[in-house]
Amino acid sequence: MSAKTMKRVIIEPVTRVEGHGKVSLLLDDKNHVKQARLHIVEFRGFERFIQGRPYWEIPVLVQRLCGICPVSHHLAAAKAMDVIVGADTLTPTAEKMRRLMHYGQMFQSHALHFFHLCSPDLLFGFDADVAIRNVIGVARKYPDLAVQGVMMRKYGQEIIKATAGKKIHGTGAIPGGVNKNLSIAERDLFLKDIEQMLAWGRSAVKLAKDYTVEHLQKLAPFGSFDSNHLSLIRADGAMDLYHGNLRAIDAAGKKIFDQVNYQKYYDYIVEEVKDWSYMKFPFIKSLGPEKGWYRVGPLARLNTADFIDTPEAEKARKEFVAVTHGKPNNITMAYHWARMIETLHSIEKIRDLLHDKDLQGKDLVVTGTRRSEGVGLIEAPRGTLFHHYKVNEQDQVVMANLIVSTTNNNTPMNLAVQKVAEDHISGQPKITEGLLNHIEVAIRAYDPCLSCATHALGRMPLVVELFDHEGNLVERREK
Amino acid sequence: MRVLLIGFGNPGRKDDGLGPMLAQRLEGVGLEGLDVDSDYQLTVEDAESVARYDAVVFADASVNAEEPFEFKRIRPAGAPGFSSHSVEPEAVLMLAKTLFGREPEAYVLGIRGYEFNDFGEGLSEGAAANLEAAARFVRKQVKQWLTGGG
Repeated sequence: MSAKTMKRVIIEPVTRVEGHGKVSLLLDDKNHVKQARLHIVEFRGFERFIQGRPYWEIPVLVQRLCGICPVSHHLAAAKAMDVIVGADTLTPTAEKMRRLMHYGQMFQSHALHFFHLCSPDLLFGFDADVAIRNVIGVARKYPDLAVQGVMMRKYGQEIIKATAGKKIHGTGAIPGGVNKNLSIAERDLFLKDIEQMLAWGRSAVKLAKDYTVEHLQKLAPFGSFDSNHLSLIRADGAMDLYHGNLRAIDAAGKKIFDQVNYQKYYDYIVEEVKDWSYMKFPFIKSLGPEKGWYRVGPLARLNTADFIDTPEAEKARKEFVAVTHGKPNNITMAYHWARMIETLHSIEKIRDLLHDKDLQGKDLVVTGTRRSEGVGLIEAPRGTLFHHYKVNEQDQVVMANLIVSTTNNNTPMNLAVQKVAEDHISGQPKITEGLLNHIEVAIRAYDPCLSCATHALGRMPLVVELFDHEGNLVERREK
Repeated sequence: MRVLLIGFGNPGRKDDGLGPMLAQRLEGVGLEGLDVDSDYQLTVEDAESVARYDAVVFADASVNAEEPFEFKRIRPAGAPGFSSHSVEPEAVLMLAKTLFGREPEAYVLGIRGYEFNDFGEGLSEGAAANLEAAARFVRKQVKQWLTGGG
């Protein structure tokens, strides 16, 4: 095949994916896919931005990284700073306030993704008319679902506000603890709606489960492949979204490592740089880059956990596991079902915490022996988030290394793009918007959060560009 | 009459923080009848908030507005043109209308900024001046609304 007869399709940015993304497909003259890649514009310059800043400012500053999941960065940084100030065990009030904040974040983030980002694909079909296949279309045809999504999102956001402070200047978590507890009035406000939120959590699991089971034949191969899975895990093997040790399993469920203290994550996880992508490609050191890549996020967490410690989510987990006969689930589209099980788990946790009097405690901060280095990990909505800092004797940050959830899923997302391109686009006589949306459906399953460019008015149009093999623009469409 | 101003943008991206900074400025003034909110971006739940007001101002930084700012009426509009990383103001209005049956009088206040690409806090000199002009304008406009001056 002559290079002159190839053409390149660019989808930029990927719609209904958080942030900036670009898919490039290189096709030959018969529309066979020769190469499929997902390019992500990763944040750059952030490490320089925070160098020299005092360590206690970092949990606030890191929220500037991402308008989608500022709480996850806030908490991961605070956990790293706990290590720096020698706070090895937080007070019960501090840990529970942080957990409440985190479960609020998980609940609202998962609800937004399911009801407003992915539901158009599931409710109308992957290749339905784009004029209908969007959140407004859902609002018109399924207003109850759309309202449910809005109100779940709002409930989680209000919890964040009560625990972290203002949405844009969250200061709740500080090195060694928190700066406020939950008042009785705030607690009662959340308890008023908790049963409704639980009911919606249950119905969301049912919706995701029914959809997945009903369409299993179509969904099972869609963008799917065997993979390793990685997450934090509690000492007893329970799912723990806030804290734990690292566990990695292979596609068959065999443990690659288990109960690894994440302060030494760099002995187990390394990052590879590829010349065509700004975003790094992490992998498990002992397996090497070819076999060591892994998935993170809801699907991985459902696969790594031995059980879930809230009854309704555990019942849902057992139904989830039964589909793959107890083996890890490697179906990319099962991310949605897993995400809704976590949503139910999160609201069960919120209910339990609201009934816990420790949230009204007054003992908020502890300190210990100062250290010069600290690592904080958390299971963010999109997967494991790593924050690693070194601090000098003047309390200034001198080194920062972050591995965000979406970076951890970089290789799997690229494989999903390749798989869908080969299965659904290769050889098609005409590349329609609906066909291109199949690729976006696979990417959206991972709920990638592509940190944070600006979004001022007049920026970031949605553009589809078709280039020939020499990079000449053949066609350009703005969405 | 109840008025809501939502200032949105990322204060860690220099002039992209114009919206939240305007919100902060107006919050400090404490205008009766004006509620102020700020966030990194607009999201779907803003539809529920917006539906509870008679008038709404969406304040954001703009890369190409006329200096010092543009103020224009907007109406509910459908999905084309918005992605999920932030819901456009028109789509927030459409969701408010479709889901909550309310269509407040709504405006976009696009404040001209100049520096967006690097991490950093604080505004460029030009953006700071434009912010002052926008704050004066909003105070005057809100007073007019609240006194029935249109």
